[in-house]
Amino acid sequence: MSATLPDLTPALPEIFVACAAMALLMVGVFKKDNLLKVVTRLGVLSLAIAFVIMVAKMPGLDRVATTFGGMFIVDGFSVFMKSLVLIGSMAALLMSQQYLIDRKIDRFEFPVLIVLATLGMMMMISANDFMALYVGLELQSLSLYVLASFDRERQRSTEAGLKYFVLGALSSGMLLYGISLIYGFSGTTSFSVLSTGLANSENIGLVVGLVFVLAGLAFKVSAVPFHMWTPDVYEGAPTPVTALFAAAPKVAAMALLMRVVLGGFPTMAADWQQIIIFISIGSMLVGAFAALVQTNIKRLMAYSSIGHVGYALVGLAAGTVQGVEGVLVYMTIYMTMTIGTFACILSMRRDKALDLDINELAGLSRNQPAMAFALAVFMFSLAGIPLLAGFFGKYFIFMSAIDAGLYTLAIIGFVASVVGAFYYLRIVKIMYFDEPAAKFDDNEFGTMGFIMGLTAALNSPLSFLLIYPLLGLAGVAAASLF
Amino acid sequence: MEAGLLTIGLGHYLTLAAILFTLGVFGIFLNRRNVIIILMSVELMLLAVNINFVAFSTHLNDMVGQVFAMFVLTVAAAEAAIGLAILVIYFRNRGSIEVEDINLMKG
Repeated sequence: MSATLPDLTPALPEIFVACAAMALLMVGVFKKDNLLKVVTRLGVLSLAIAFVIMVAKMPGLDRVATTFGGMFIVDGFSVFMKSLVLIGSMAALLMSQQYLIDRKIDRFEFPVLIVLATLGMMMMISANDFMALYVGLELQSLSLYVLASFDRERQRSTEAGLKYFVLGALSSGMLLYGISLIYGFSGTTSFSVLSTGLANSENIGLVVGLVFVLAGLAFKVSAVPFHMWTPDVYEGAPTPVTALFAAAPKVAAMALLMRVVLGGFPTMAADWQQIIIFISIGSMLVGAFAALVQTNIKRLMAYSSIGHVGYALVGLAAGTVQGVEGVLVYMTIYMTMTIGTFACILSMRRDKALDLDINELAGLSRNQPAMAFALAVFMFSLAGIPLLAGFFGKYFIFMSAIDAGLYTLAIIGFVASVVGAFYYLRIVKIMYFDEPAAKFDDNEFGTMGFIMGLTAALNSPLSFLLIYPLLGLAGVAAASLF
Repeated sequence: MEAGLLTIGLGHYLTLAAILFTLGVFGIFLNRRNVIIILMSVELMLLAVNINFVAFSTHLNDMVGQVFAMFVLTVAAAEAAIGLAILVIYFRNRGSIEVEDINLMKG
């Protein structure tokens, strides 16, 4: 028996990121001064190179490439989602420097951990087998546990890390138990084999396994009823880490959820559809109502992210190409809104510390009109006000639900987004109509202003120009999943 | 195959794994004393899953389950290391690892 090396070109971006992370560790060991800045730049650079490799080595718009014995898949869907994850991670890396220096936690491990977490997310998105799924997911989660407790002198950060770890480990356990049942009752862990009809809803063991797997994945996307960790972890974790949490891992986990249910269990659609509808309704309602009473803007964004996951799941519940296309467009727009909002949150600093009570934003329009305007654009977009990008996201999602006959789901979503608009608009009101509070410090790094401006432009009515190319790409990506 | 009263079959292994898994879950939720016990409960859950995998693997005559069990073992070791590290920095700040004290932020 002779062993030959499989063709690894489909996994080239991941291999590059893995090597880059190890090289960055070496840089950290041997370089002495200005370490964080150098490693952050190199980290962003290596993610950018991975992005270029991924696009250049893409097998073609409607072609599929697999490697590692079919465990690793590259198709339009994976390229689309990985692009989002890479952009989200790069933005989070660029936004982190100021905060880390202010808090005196500017250690070089921070960018390395983000690069490793990104590698895990890329593995998750390309997983075509439960084994690859589990390894990718754990690589991501273990890096994120450490990142959440990165500010180790601060009680809140360590508590956030501990909570995230305990609940994350619990969810991994449930996911694994589900995987073991699916393996036992179908005899395979490969999504491709499962989808050929091995899985059918008559088998009760498979249904139980699928429920466990969905529970584990719902935790990772922070959907109700597995959302309890989100507000605490978002509040306690260092703010740049929260920015990362809200952008990249959410997109990756959503991609994973779609890959599992559509790639692995298309024959059991009737079973998982009920579960997705249930967690979607729960997330939309909790996201809308629980956020009404929050005063800490990070907690508010946590509930907002729970709500947005609920809206995105409406498209998945539809289970059609159109629905998946809606989810992809929604996640793209959601990511630009979140990154922009967190760029604003990270700019709420006075005397090198962040003031995160929403009343600190009072009268921002008179002190810093540009930032106030950008934040207002994000809030209107998050609320889904017409003409802004967030509206398109919701529009495509609800249209696909109506086309699939899920009227109740669409109506509940509509009501929840009206309720949710209240707390977004309250922030706009505080910024524009309240008596001004003290001025925030100016940013020392130009990147923050750049990210804020760019994401605000993407969310402004200019998005009319971009929505059709985006729809085209999302359409191709969605079609590759069916 | 005639399964006698004392023959240990797939069902027995699955029952044992299910009991261990449930004990692990309850250990996390009902325990009010110590975070270390939570870490032990997490290990219990993962080991229950491993019993499942190996039992199915033997039953199906398929190696994938045993390979998977190896991965789970490896990841569980990494997870325990990170969990204990976080616990140590938490204890350094707080001076206590009682579950009831983890309440700076209310969910």
